[in-house]
Amino acid sequence: MSTLKSFLRHPTGMIGLFVLLAVVLLAVSAPWLFPDDPWEMVGAPFQPPFSEGLWLGSDMLGRDVAAGIAHGARISLIIGVISTLTSLVIGVTIGATAGYFGGKVDEVMMRITELFQTIPGFILAILLVATIGPKISNIIFAIGIVSWPPLARLTRAEFMRLRGREFVQAAVCQGQRPLTVVLRRILPNAISPIIVTGSLAVASAILIESALSFMGLGDPNLMSWGFMIGAARTVIRQAWWMSVFPGLAILLTVLAINLVGEGLNDTLNPRISRKR
Amino acid sequence: MTAVSVDAKGGRVFAIALALAGWVVKFIAVVLVIATFNFILVHAAPGDPAQVIAGQSGASDEKLLAQLRAEYGLDKPYPIQLANYLKRVVTLDLGYSYRQQRTVASLILERLPATLLLTATAFSLALLSGIILGMLAGVRAGKWSDTVLTVVSLLLYATPVFWLGLMLVLLFSVQLDWLPAFGYVTIGVPMTALQRMVDIGWHLILPAVSLAAVYLAIYTRLMRSSVLDVTHQDFIKTAKAKGLKQGRIIIRHILRNAMLPIVTVAGMQAGALVGGAVVIETVFAWPGLGRLIYDALLQRDYPVLLGVFLVMSVIVIALNLLTDAIYRVIDPRVSVRAAS
Repeated sequence: MSTLKSFLRHPTGMIGLFVLLAVVLLAVSAPWLFPDDPWEMVGAPFQPPFSEGLWLGSDMLGRDVAAGIAHGARISLIIGVISTLTSLVIGVTIGATAGYFGGKVDEVMMRITELFQTIPGFILAILLVATIGPKISNIIFAIGIVSWPPLARLTRAEFMRLRGREFVQAAVCQGQRPLTVVLRRILPNAISPIIVTGSLAVASAILIESALSFMGLGDPNLMSWGFMIGAARTVIRQAWWMSVFPGLAILLTVLAINLVGEGLNDTLNPRISRKR
Repeated sequence: MTAVSVDAKGGRVFAIALALAGWVVKFIAVVLVIATFNFILVHAAPGDPAQVIAGQSGASDEKLLAQLRAEYGLDKPYPIQLANYLKRVVTLDLGYSYRQQRTVASLILERLPATLLLTATAFSLALLSGIILGMLAGVRAGKWSDTVLTVVSLLLYATPVFWLGLMLVLLFSVQLDWLPAFGYVTIGVPMTALQRMVDIGWHLILPAVSLAAVYLAIYTRLMRSSVLDVTHQDFIKTAKAKGLKQGRIIIRHILRNAMLPIVTVAGMQAGALVGGAVVIETVFAWPGLGRLIYDALLQRDYPVLLGVFLVMSVIVIALNLLTDAIYRVIDPRVSVRAAS
């Protein structure tokens, strides 16, 4: 409760929250605001912003840019959240195992994590999506695969810190099974930094998704911000609005999520937050 | 006296040799693992691996596929196939692009210089300017420089790198007409070697700045707080008490120590920077490996994709080694430590 109160008093965190809520609202209401298919031609091509019925203009095939942005918000948010959940599952599992068991297990797990941090993640994501096909589920999987290492490192550090604490040792001495100790004793105490890093991971997942669809690896059935920019980049000399507005949408959404994440960080970890 | 210094020198040489050996082991391990990754990817792709290698051309030529199956031993058990593949990678045989009718190695070699130029420029631009700007902001710490840095880095951190590139094109090429919007060198104009270099440099500005921008902001911010941290430590007070000149304290004591965390972070972000180069090359039609990936994607040319992935991972390791070396040179505490 007090956490909620102090977040409500966090100025930039609240700004971020309001912008994020606006984006969520736009995503949820897209089917009512723009009932037509965003791929549908609704006007003349190359209409500048504030043309009749098209306040953000139309693209080179006469599609409504505003409709594309509203429908793209759904895809960005869905992919951002679900791929972060995927990387949370992978990262927390690996980090918890390494931190709880230590020794050889830790050594192996950390070598794997290091390796994934060395290889260029975005190129691996490109390869994965190109190989298994540009479907939304595959894109989520690919982003999850390349973004778990920071979460694993964080979880491991937290688990190592808590592993030797008395309440954990008491639970072990009582004969509780490792899984119980990990899930019911340690994880609840390690959860707040994981939540903070996870919320920031949503932002970077949205950036990776936009770059993938910019490269032409988005789901071909779903309108997305990155695709709109990628499609419009060749006509940027004639029509700036087709690439400027979707980019602003990405910028605002990612910025809002980062602000919320920093706000959460300040309220959940008050002691360490100011050391940035 | 001399005996001691010779001994210390011998220890130093030994430590450097050990560090080099550690790097070589790491390098080989990463290359082998990535090659294995590639192998798994080819077999995880839907359809016949032979077809994947051939580049999934719509008209699958049965004769070519049969020849590929024989050549790559695709009927043999997986471990043997994998061993064969690793053997080819080690001998720098990265396969053959049936789409482009050329070996992958030759395609990559042709594109490598442009990518190296772009990533190295962006990396050093971000690192050097970040350290200098952060140093200035830290030494003259004031409220406003902190606020400006925080806002700029927050904004850049949320900006997709390809969009930043496009916006810079819009401003500096389309509106102001100061810089070329795309390409590597002006085509169809006879030039001397020097003119050509200047021309390439001119084309390099926008892509390198777009790629470096976000890292520049991060490093500046990091450097600033690092300088502030170091300034309050005891050895700086000692240096001041000794009566050292302000300039010498800043350069020898503060700068050296404050740089360490930035170099570490830069090494960790090398992978992200190289990944960003792929997108930036696509935006600016920069004829490097990223552009090669983009073309290979359109044609689903897997041998090229896998080869580029391998080479780009090697570039990341090279950048890691570079930052590691810089760290060892500037770290004032220990001359050379054994490879960890």
